[in-house]
Amino acid sequence: MDGWARFRKNRLALVGLVLVVVLGLTALSAPWIAPYDPARQSLIEKRSKPGGKYWLGADEFGRDILSRVIYGTRIALLVGVLSALIALAGGLALGMTAGFAGGWLDSTLMRAVEILLAFPYLLLALAIVAVLGPGALNTTIAVGIWGIPAVTRIVRGSVLALRETEYVGAARALGAPGHDLLRRHIVPNILPGLIVYATLFMANAILLEAALSFLGLGVQPPTASWGLMVSTGRDVLLVAPHVATVPGLAIMVAVLAFNLVGDGLRDALDPRLRGS
Amino acid sequence: MLTFVIRRLLLAVPVLLGVVFVVMLTIDLLPGDAVTLMLGEHATKDAVAKLRGHLGLDKPFAVRYLEYVGRVARGDLGRSIQQNRPVASELADAWPATLELTVAALVIAAALGIAAGVASAVWPNSAFDAVARLGSLFGLSMPIFWTGLVLIVIFSLWLNWLPVGGAGSLSHLVLPAVTLALPSVAMLARMTRSAVLDVLREDYVRTARAKGVGELLVLSRHALRNAFIPIVTLLGLQSGQLMGGAVLTETVFAWPGLGRLMVKAIFARDYVLLQGAVLVFALAFVIINLLVDLSYGLLDPRVAKQG
Repeated sequence: MDGWARFRKNRLALVGLVLVVVLGLTALSAPWIAPYDPARQSLIEKRSKPGGKYWLGADEFGRDILSRVIYGTRIALLVGVLSALIALAGGLALGMTAGFAGGWLDSTLMRAVEILLAFPYLLLALAIVAVLGPGALNTTIAVGIWGIPAVTRIVRGSVLALRETEYVGAARALGAPGHDLLRRHIVPNILPGLIVYATLFMANAILLEAALSFLGLGVQPPTASWGLMVSTGRDVLLVAPHVATVPGLAIMVAVLAFNLVGDGLRDALDPRLRGS
Repeated sequence: MLTFVIRRLLLAVPVLLGVVFVVMLTIDLLPGDAVTLMLGEHATKDAVAKLRGHLGLDKPFAVRYLEYVGRVARGDLGRSIQQNRPVASELADAWPATLELTVAALVIAAALGIAAGVASAVWPNSAFDAVARLGSLFGLSMPIFWTGLVLIVIFSLWLNWLPVGGAGSLSHLVLPAVTLALPSVAMLARMTRSAVLDVLREDYVRTARAKGVGELLVLSRHALRNAFIPIVTLLGLQSGQLMGGAVLTETVFAWPGLGRLMVKAIFARDYVLLQGAVLVFALAFVIINLLVDLSYGLLDPRVAKQG
């Protein structure tokens, strides 16, 4: 049975996939489906309860929460995708280097990776953002850098295992140049594992962006970011709980969606890991 | 046993040196000069240079690194820039609160997570299993700061049972500890389920059942003891997650711990304090993982024999 057939039989994974597609479409069509301009303020309607004119209510500045949640999808996915690319590119480069070079370079790189992996993830991202300063781009970079060590370890492990396989040995014996080995034999073999990791990484990246923005160190106002919306809603939590809690639901749904797809992909692409 | 502990403690030294190195290097390499940020954009060149000299920032990186490590080895973490207090005493004020919070969360996570995971594994595909698995999926997907706010709305605002924030009494501890524990409960329930399921498929479990050992004894003596090794490993890893989560939980609940101190240090660009806080977190993480390694010896006689 091929991967897709296995994936299709997993109902939870399909739910996740539908959610991911919906999130993607929402991000793409935000200007057309958002009922209001996400920055439009209407102070006399501030903290409006959900229902009526504003389906999900209005925030402290009388901005439509639904429209801001819709626009927030863009930031969440953009930060997620770009940071995943940073993590993959960095991890591939370092992992390949470590795996192929071996020797002191390998051991130095892997010690460094172990140290970074041992570090509580939020603290590492915090340290990076503390230095870079807040903002959407810096948040993306911080989240991406946070992902590099794990990818490095996955890639290096696969390279070490693949290097010893007969077909890579045979290709090398036939005189295949290094970049050819990488492109034709190594990369296709580590791709499934990386796709699974990247999907689960998206879930964590969205959580991390939201956390940094919540702390005030990530995406800055007035950009509509879910974490930032929860943070501003916190000030009025006791008088208007919906301002903080509604955007948090969006974070949960997005993270859940990518977790479901990631779990499904892992079970489908790598049956050995099922249930782990 | 003692040589093992000493060897492990010595191995922790390069890890801590590495953490300090990475943190200092990030602070050094990336743009955004701490001094300029502290003094504001309109500071004179003289003032900037003077403060740089005062903080020792005009020296090369390697010198500063070695000096810092040398001072830390003597127990001197420097003085915080903002408060001008010894960093060591600022950290000493804050860490008991964080310890209290994370230990409480770890206990909740271990109790609930392991219990739910074992129950799921004993009755796989039951209604309980389905609910527990779905619950842990949600638990892993909820942003911790949001969970905290939702719990405040439910238990402080609507039910009026527990305080909104602050520290001092047991009732102050409940909401932050539960908030911090929830993702770990979910993770542990998941892992415990698969670990126990794996063990229950082993031959020795079948043998035990075949010779008429009661199901409860099979579970406690054979299954759980063996499943505990991966579970304890995860517990150690989760403590790292808890420390990260503590930063958010402490912010939500105004809990006076290290996490909040660290966020304050970041906002104040107080990198001396930041370095100290990071070092304490790293040290705590190293110690916890040492304890985890030591517990293997208690759980698995094979490890103990190897010494």
